[in-house]
Amino acid sequence: MKFTSVLAAGTAAVLVLGLTACSSSEEGGGATDDVSITVLPKNLGNPYFEASMTGAQEAGDELGAAVEEVGPDAASPDAQVPFINTAAQQGRGALVVSANDPTAIGDALEEARSAGTKVVTFDSDTEPQFRDLFVNQASPEGIADKQLELVADQIGGEGEIAILSASANATNQNAWIALMEEKLASDYPDIELVETVYGDDDDQTSFDKTAALLQSHPDLKGIVSPTTVGIAAAARYVSTSEYKGEVAVTGLGTPNQMREYVEDGTVEAFALWNPTDLGYLATQAAAALVAGDITGEEGETFTAGRLGEFTVGTGGEVLLGEPFVFDESNIADFDF
Amino acid sequence: MRTHARPWWQRALLTREMLTILILVVAWIVASAVVQGFDGPLTITYLVLDVAPVLLIALPMTLIIATGEIDLSVASVVGLSSVTFGLLYQAGLGLWAALLVSVLLGAVCGAVNGALVAYAGLPSLAVTIGSLALYRGLAVGLLGTTAVTGFPGSWTDGATENLGESPYPVITLGLLALIAVFAVLLHATPFGRNVLDIGRSSEAARFSGVDVKRTLLILFVLSGAVSALAGVYYTLRYGSARGDNATGMELQVVAAVLLGGVSIFGGRGAIHGVVAGVLLIGVLGSALRLEGVTVNVINIVIGTALVVSVVAPRIAGGLRVRRRSAVGQRT
Repeated sequence: MKFTSVLAAGTAAVLVLGLTACSSSEEGGGATDDVSITVLPKNLGNPYFEASMTGAQEAGDELGAAVEEVGPDAASPDAQVPFINTAAQQGRGALVVSANDPTAIGDALEEARSAGTKVVTFDSDTEPQFRDLFVNQASPEGIADKQLELVADQIGGEGEIAILSASANATNQNAWIALMEEKLASDYPDIELVETVYGDDDDQTSFDKTAALLQSHPDLKGIVSPTTVGIAAAARYVSTSEYKGEVAVTGLGTPNQMREYVEDGTVEAFALWNPTDLGYLATQAAAALVAGDITGEEGETFTAGRLGEFTVGTGGEVLLGEPFVFDESNIADFDF
Repeated sequence: MRTHARPWWQRALLTREMLTILILVVAWIVASAVVQGFDGPLTITYLVLDVAPVLLIALPMTLIIATGEIDLSVASVVGLSSVTFGLLYQAGLGLWAALLVSVLLGAVCGAVNGALVAYAGLPSLAVTIGSLALYRGLAVGLLGTTAVTGFPGSWTDGATENLGESPYPVITLGLLALIAVFAVLLHATPFGRNVLDIGRSSEAARFSGVDVKRTLLILFVLSGAVSALAGVYYTLRYGSARGDNATGMELQVVAAVLLGGVSIFGGRGAIHGVVAGVLLIGVLGSALRLEGVTVNVINIVIGTALVVSVVAPRIAGGLRVRRRSAVGQRT
């Protein structure tokens, strides 16, 4: 029993010392900053959110705000709640969060707000009543327009194109495709959409559908895939086929998935948003809320450092802007 | 045999349980003094809300581990019960009825574990690792990656609101009641004596007339039912029924029970120690999060505490035996 006591007391001492050490190291910095902002991504160790965090830190440095990143190791809403609670206990000025569930973290966010913490969602929104602002990465119109612009540019403004989508009932993709069809009819008379196929966001299915598209439409000049799985699979098929350099592949993709196809010339350019800018803007918006420059009402404007001026839209949304285009010249700058 | 040379008060204080309570008190005092924000009014509220499901499940787990068995499927039962509760509510069933069906389903899940362990004689570790995957698979399969939300505010508020102006959530009362029930069950009934007897020696318990199989079955059914109840609480607390709710919680539960002084080999354990173990993990997590420590470090601290709490008694026991045999040789 004696040794148990000694060992356990030792453990206690180590834990206690650990706590003391942590806190004393922290007192040196951060405590003097006026604005404290906690950034809570869906999970840690996710390259996409690491890019957002880079932007958040950049904004924090410019504003003289203490920006801290915390988060769970798994992307589940129940794991996010303790971190929201912690921000409320600490009395942080603002919480910038990408929600793992639109309602499950709502109560915790409400408590944090009643404790005086401003809440900004980015990337994934909650229901509007739980936050002050949502920083939206892209609008459906912006995504549809940018993809048509890219494909039109790459095929020289005329010819047959096809769409490789996710599943046939994917809400986002269907909305974008409908907008693209409208825009094609009105603004691109020389481009014909010959077929829309569905790869179900499955790599192999998307790969096979690409092969089938190219066989059944010998005059096809471009494939647009508004899903990251689809565009990577289409690029992989085209990169090893006779169509490489003949058929354009574009759409929405991530730099890490598309890097080799941009480098080998299969893909000229593709779009997505810039997660670093997204984190930067969300943090700037949070600081503007804390400073009282904005309250989240429609029509208010604020300046977000290097990104310029933004206006709060309907439903408390701030739009990052047009999708960001990745090509040979800039893809090396991104790692997500 | 050691004689009871120490005075009675030393014997009462130098127990494994008192040690955990002492560490808890020290951790609380240090955190209050050192960690900014820990001394605030929200700490107790969040602590109780956070530890509630772990505490609930730790109560039957204490009895199961005290028999030398283990139930690793508990967090998956939480997920399955959460999904069941949500789907039944969505289908138009009343919330009380949905709660009842979910808890019954949890009892059935526990009965499957219990039957395989007690009557088929399979090791509980293997059985419940299997059902951990099975029940989680069912939960995620039933609801996919979507969630059922929109539970009535009166129910979700009930899961989180405080008793009047105090920092204690209303559910504290329910937790205290269940702690009392399990404390009486383990420490003041023949059933509880049987549990500890089975843990010391299943064979000996059987020869002295204990119905080992029935006892184990009852314990696993209790564990399933209480885990399902925790699942309903979980759903209401987050206002969201999801298949991935409480993933990995079984580790926290087992860690809390072992930190609370229950022997992983069975035969000894007490409810007050386990309650302290649950709170200790909650306090450490809360204090470390307030310090901005990342989740991996929190896991390392809790994991280390767990390993030490299992290994320390072993080493101490080994040293004692060696010392005693050395003394024996000299005489």
